[in-house]
Amino acid sequence: MSNPSPLHAVHEALGASFTDFAGWAMPLRYGSELAEHKAVREASGLFDLSHMGEIELTGPEAARALDYALVGYLSKVKPGRARYTMICDADGGVLDDLVVYRLATDHYMVVANASNAAVVAEALRERSTGFAVEVNDRSATCALIAVQGPTSAEIVRKVTGSDLDKLSYYASVPATAAGHDVLLARTGYTGEDGFELYSEAEHAQDIWNAITEIGQDHGLVPAGLACRDTLRLEAGMPLYGNELGPEFTPFDAGLGRVVKFEKPGDFVGREALERRKDNIVGTVRVGLTSTGRRAPRHGYPVLDGDGNPVGTVTSGALSPTLGHPIAMAYVPTALSEPGTALAVDIRGTSTPVEVVELPFYQRPA
Amino acid sequence: MSNPENLGYTEEHEWVDLGDAGTATVGITVYAAEALGDVVFVQLPEVGDKLVAGDTCGEIESTKSVSDLYAPVNGEVVAVNEAVVDDPGVVNTDPFGEGWLFKVAVEGDTDLLDVAAYNALTKED
Repeated sequence: MSNPSPLHAVHEALGASFTDFAGWAMPLRYGSELAEHKAVREASGLFDLSHMGEIELTGPEAARALDYALVGYLSKVKPGRARYTMICDADGGVLDDLVVYRLATDHYMVVANASNAAVVAEALRERSTGFAVEVNDRSATCALIAVQGPTSAEIVRKVTGSDLDKLSYYASVPATAAGHDVLLARTGYTGEDGFELYSEAEHAQDIWNAITEIGQDHGLVPAGLACRDTLRLEAGMPLYGNELGPEFTPFDAGLGRVVKFEKPGDFVGREALERRKDNIVGTVRVGLTSTGRRAPRHGYPVLDGDGNPVGTVTSGALSPTLGHPIAMAYVPTALSEPGTALAVDIRGTSTPVEVVELPFYQRPA
Repeated sequence: MSNPENLGYTEEHEWVDLGDAGTATVGITVYAAEALGDVVFVQLPEVGDKLVAGDTCGEIESTKSVSDLYAPVNGEVVAVNEAVVDDPGVVNTDPFGEGWLFKVAVEGDTDLLDVAAYNALTKED
């Protein structure tokens, strides 16, 4: 039996189809995932992301502990700001990609993917040994609701009464919603302006209902994990288990910028990553597009001009926004330049594709 | 949406209308359409293709997955629904009506589930 979200009853009342995701029963879609996708691009979508892991680090050496445990330079992050970073193993392989919020000088919150929450919490505990820091896995009692889309700022401003002009991208601020304390963050995973509200699980329903009520005048619809996946793919964002995993370093994934060698002291993976950074001899992550309607999908072989398999598709879909197939894949560095003509074996049919810059979609400025 | 009583069904979640003497109309059930999610691409057999029951004869893709279409009966394809090729979403909105996929001139016997057997099958899943 999957772990239910604190919002399970709400999803059932909305007629959601559920999917098991990392041991959680989460809403896959409420009706049409294409309509939900479109709503996030044109108005707003309301997501339940309570399956994500939240791990807090508190104490005078919280910053130093995170500098050692993660590849990022977390002691450089100002209170109130957040960073996208990764936790790697000693070989430089990615254990998870993370968003880390610095809530105060001695207080951080690490947000991990649901499937890795326990692994990340355990690794942070181990790696904190010897530092004056306390690690608390709050995943089980923390709810997370996201409002994503061009009308999200107006909805969240009305729900929280917060002045969002002062809340920049990748920042957070304590706020209240429906009378409950929340951490309000301007982060997201859809390519749109958007907000995430972290709260105690027992308050999630009140907060969801308040957002729903205010959102109805702003085109807000509940949105499930199916559209979240096509949204993040259009935005060129990697997904753990597809584009990221222990077999890849951040450099392979084209995300080497998250590794901060300039920070003082050792960190887990430093030596392996130093060796890797100037020595990308294998494959790298690229974007692919094609014409027609048949999408390259996870696991399909990528072929070179002679029809030889040279790589693998990690994610792919018919882009709901762009109307043509898009995919991410790992291909040899020599074949990774935008404009390179390749092909994908789509169930036995060699289909021409072209390497393109990521992301596929960027919201209008 | 319940499964019409006058249709035959397969374990692969296709429906077959044998109402038009000798010609079977084939589609996928609402159960299949809901499980797939929004259908974005269908590849149908061509008119004149000879189908063997149980063999794959096309593909149906949703945003998230790809599924094979299986021939539910033996026979020759006599029509395909081009409107569904152009607008695959009709499979979701009207699976038993405008979302039909192809028609077959049936040869030999058919081996289909009745509605009760199909309903029992989908309840088990």
